[in-house]
Amino acid sequence: MSEPFWKRLTPGSVILEAGNAVEFKTGSWRAFRPVWKEENCIHCLFCWMFCPDMSVIVEDGKMKGFNYDYCKGCGICALECPGKKGKKAIEMQEEGK
Amino acid sequence: MARVVAVTGNEAGAEALRQVNPDVCAAYPITPQTDMMQRFAGFVSNGQVDTEMILVESEHSAMSACIGAAAGGGRVITATSSQGLALMWEMLFIAAGDRLPIVMPVVNRALSAPLNIHGDHSDAMGARDSGWIQLWSENAQEAYDNIIQAFRIAEHMDIRLPVMVCLDGFIISHSIERVEYLDDEVVREFVGEYRPMNPLLDVDNPKSYGPLILPDLYHEYKRAQHEVMGRVKGVVLEVASEFEKISGRRYGLFESYRLEDADLVMVILNSAAGTAKDVIDHYRDRGIKAGLLKPRLFRPFPYEEVAEALRNAKAVAVLDRADSFGAYGPLFVEITSATLHLDKRPFLINKIYGLGGRDFLPEHAGQVLEELKEIVETGRVKTIKEYIGVRE
Ligand code: SF4
Ligand code: SF4
Repeated sequence: MSEPFWKRLTPGSVILEAGNAVEFKTGSWRAFRPVWKEENCIHCLFCWMFCPDMSVIVEDGKMKGFNYDYCKGCGICALECPGKKGKKAIEMQEEGK
Repeated sequence: MARVVAVTGNEAGAEALRQVNPDVCAAYPITPQTDMMQRFAGFVSNGQVDTEMILVESEHSAMSACIGAAAGGGRVITATSSQGLALMWEMLFIAAGDRLPIVMPVVNRALSAPLNIHGDHSDAMGARDSGWIQLWSENAQEAYDNIIQAFRIAEHMDIRLPVMVCLDGFIISHSIERVEYLDDEVVREFVGEYRPMNPLLDVDNPKSYGPLILPDLYHEYKRAQHEVMGRVKGVVLEVASEFEKISGRRYGLFESYRLEDADLVMVILNSAAGTAKDVIDHYRDRGIKAGLLKPRLFRPFPYEEVAEALRNAKAVAVLDRADSFGAYGPLFVEITSATLHLDKRPFLINKIYGLGGRDFLPEHAGQVLEELKEIVETGRVKTIKEYIGVRE
């Protein structure tokens, strides 16, 4: 009989593979999704800075939208977004609506 | 050459830690341990050790800092007592679950309430299920020897578990006794260079400690932890036999004192064993076959070996210096479990003694042996669990 699976576990549940959180798509936890309103965006990148995950996509120094595979819908980006003339560039919308 | 000195248990403990010269120590003062860490902090200040001393605001933080430092890849120590150990409780399980070989002398003291600073085993008994290895020590010499051996046990590549070394508060920690110190080089060579396992400070190989493990794997990690505990006995004996070569002092999983042919047996931990041995000698002089079993390795508990040692006993009194309210004492539970599978089980009684530093006197040991004698003569146990030494 082969060695049971639990005998091959790393002692102390240490994860030896760096960056493997990428395999764990936490986006499914989301109840609200951030929706980007490009017309109100001033590309200040507050959203990118504040996002506790890495779910704000930025290219060439500009906001480009969200990576929904990992965005948990915490709403921090929407709260911090200054937007343009009092109009937010991020709005939280309930999933499935 | 070994040095013979007259020192307290705390002093002997601090000396062992100085000789080992660990990388990191995070500690918080608590009576009766304070004096051990104070002495060690003195070694740090005087440049006698290379240890990084982290002063923290509580024992919870002390153990947290120890966990971080051990995960980082250092040889780590702390020490505590009583409420301090109780405050560490949450972190104890993390140190064990993360398989970090931290060494911690525990100077046993009663738990509040009522507030009491004196010796009993309630603190360490409360931590017996935390996954730490526990070594218990009768006197300052055993505390010194156990602390040195604890590093080898904890850091063994097949084990990697934290170890508590228990010694009785005040009775041992603050009384001066004769102790033989080994030479610094001998101790250093015995414990050897620290070998980290998956250290966080190996930044070329990034890794994560303390992940969330859900029902799909948690059970398996615990099964693996149970497996490791199964290997501890062998390592404890292996380390003990190597320690005997450098010290001439022999250690096992427990001590047997005039036990071989004993009819009446007392099972007792730590300092009170000394008093009990004296009384046993008096009984032997009168031709009564009395003996003693003093556990050293309490976690993991050596059930098979203890059962074998008690095979011929007629009546056994297990003395607990801690109570499990509404249940039998913690040591009694282990001894009854150990003897469960014997064909001919001895009579078993449980005595709670010495709480909050109440002296364990020769007449208490005598009283217990008299009761065992009566049990053997009448074939009847009147009360399974009772307190002794209670003021009337
Ligand atoms: S915080 Fe708002 S305005 Fe700033 S970049 Fe993000 S979406 Fe645009
Ligand atoms: S909702 Fe939260 S997780 Fe999602 S993009 Fe905004 S800040 Fe990041």
